[in-house]
Amino acid sequence: MSGAEVDWNGTDMGIEEKLPSGFLLTNVEKLVNWTRTASLWPATFGLACCAIEMMATGAGRYDLARFGMEVFRASPRQADLMIVAGRVSQKMAPVLRQIYDQMPEPKWVLAMGVCASSGGMFNNYAILQGVDHVVPVDMYLPGCPPRPEMLMDAILKLHHKIKHEPLGPKRAKQLADNPQEIWTEMPSSIRYDKAARKEWIQAAEDNRSSQYSLERTQAVQRGDLQHGALEKVKK
Amino acid sequence: MPSLGPKPLQGFGVTFGNMFKKVTTESYPEDKKATKPRYHGRHVLNRHPDGLEKCVGCELCAWACPADAIYVEGGDNTEEARFSPGERYGAIYQINYLRCIFCGLCVEACPTRSLTMSNDYELADDNRQDLIFTKEQLMAPLLPGMEQPPHPMRLGDHEQDYYVGREPIKQTAGAAAEAHSVPPAATAPASGDDIGVDADEGAKPLGETRR
Repeated sequence: MSGAEVDWNGTDMGIEEKLPSGFLLTNVEKLVNWTRTASLWPATFGLACCAIEMMATGAGRYDLARFGMEVFRASPRQADLMIVAGRVSQKMAPVLRQIYDQMPEPKWVLAMGVCASSGGMFNNYAILQGVDHVVPVDMYLPGCPPRPEMLMDAILKLHHKIKHEPLGPKRAKQLADNPQEIWTEMPSSIRYDKAARKEWIQAAEDNRSSQYSLERTQAVQRGDLQHGALEKVKK
Repeated sequence: MPSLGPKPLQGFGVTFGNMFKKVTTESYPEDKKATKPRYHGRHVLNRHPDGLEKCVGCELCAWACPADAIYVEGGDNTEEARFSPGERYGAIYQINYLRCIFCGLCVEACPTRSLTMSNDYELADDNRQDLIFTKEQLMAPLLPGMEQPPHPMRLGDHEQDYYVGREPIKQTAGAAAEAHSVPPAATAPASGDDIGVDADEGAKPLGETRR
């Protein structure tokens, strides 16, 4: 293995370059990704109203501690995930970038709310039209502001993404050659339910996943279902 | 709590006491709680009871949108390809969920109650492109008795049969003829209960509600 191919800007740490490929590598990858998923410490970047919902998500009722994320780090050097919550003004953009640069690798960015994601309704000269203009964004979360469940949904989708991240350039190439569908957009309440997940994937293959989510949401609203397959309710 | 000992022990007493209190934490991904029925979730484009689209492509929602999140292009219905009763239908309909602030002004603006909001909120995704929802994603699911457009009008020969309340199943030749003699007052749109943001339609089986 040649050192010239190593991408030091990626999320690799170096050790994976010395490991044998194949069976061991994928298992180490699973283990490393699992540890990264299970203690994803967020950096606080609350800028506006979304920050209130972010605080609510961290508090007792929604309790991010269930996912090992209760410690919102005030120092970016101890954080893995930057949750940009709120509208980013042009003046704030360099600050945001600096905070991001101070975070150690591997790091992820979650654009919370429409303002952080795209500028939202503030299409004007003062507001950055999406934080992806200054930092790479891993998860976009719509909503104005998103309710705590929406933030948890976005975080869990990000967890799912991290679990499938390649470890090192060799593995990245392997995955790029044989791309696997990981269904990032699957709603978390469906992903955490085996029967519902099966139904959703079937629906997604039929190109009606959003209709399925809608039907399931309606079943939840009617009180017919909290978990399990939608098929049972329909009968 | 009355004083039971030195101050540090009292502190532990609070912790100990809390161990027997009911937990208020919601276990979200495993148990999804119902939202309030009028919660502003993502939009739905409703259908008439025979499956034809309610959207007439008037773009009033796009005009009402404060965030410019909606893009509509109308198209003409033809006898070969009919998507909605009447002349026009929404040929292209997109909502950019990275702009939408879920205010519901579009729902207020919609003259045919085509656009309503559901209670579905799990929308996050990892790229901008997929968060621009197209018409195929926004259309309500087909209920029993509905048929995917394009197809001819099943509930009568005239668009009035759709907009003036009629029983969709008891379709007889006499009833169809009667439809053309509806007094003009009955054709007036939007009765009082339809004004305002209304997510109730999302809570009921979609398209079943008749105006």
